[in-house]
Amino acid sequence: MPVSSNRRPVFLNLAKIQMPVGSLTSITHRVTGMLLAVGVPFCIYLLDLSLQGPLGYGQAIATLDNLWVKGMLILLIWALAHHLLAGVRHLLSDIDIGSQLPAARRSAWIVNLGGVGVALLAAGALL
Amino acid sequence: MRTTVTGLRAWLVQRVTAVYMLLFILLFLAHAIVDPPHSYPAWRAWLMNSGVSIATGVFFAALLAHAWVGVRDVIIDYVHPVALRVCLLALLGFGLAAMAAWVMRILWMLHG
Repeated sequence: MPVSSNRRPVFLNLAKIQMPVGSLTSITHRVTGMLLAVGVPFCIYLLDLSLQGPLGYGQAIATLDNLWVKGMLILLIWALAHHLLAGVRHLLSDIDIGSQLPAARRSAWIVNLGGVGVALLAAGALL
Repeated sequence: MRTTVTGLRAWLVQRVTAVYMLLFILLFLAHAIVDPPHSYPAWRAWLMNSGVSIATGVFFAALLAHAWVGVRDVIIDYVHPVALRVCLLALLGFGLAAMAAWVMRILWMLHG
């Protein structure tokens, strides 16, 4: 059964929905959270492998030395950076720092660009 | 005492775990930059340190609790058919519990 059964109008034309910078930060916080959740078992696997003796440690390092894995890693680093920054923005607005619209828009830009900046730094270091 | 994680409690879990993970990640990065473990013995010795082992265990507990609240919220928001929603929530719960057991095993074997 649908959660909401009243007849409110639904407007879901993604090309026409207004997407202010804050809503982009918000939906990306969600998307990056899901990406990170999917990445967790992979990280636990690498931790496990790296502690199974010198051979496993070498294998874990070698796993990272692959272009596809590096691409995934950069994606996860972007996700982590964005998610952390957006989370700190949330925590600050919980204690009423930056919850007014101009400051909130500014911090949303900082989060969105900061995440990309960290990803570029990671790409520079890894590639 | 309530045992479900809803409303204010979920809000609080999300924030407490977030702050802990933020501190852990910053300290981990600082250590990795200042004194990176370049070999297996160094890496192992670092994680064997009881403070680091406990902090790592708590980190994964926080991470899995945070993932439970976050992914659960996403499932509840987007998956409306009740049967499918319950299946996905159960799958998520089993998955996270399995990962918790996996991390416990890793830390246990490290000291065993």
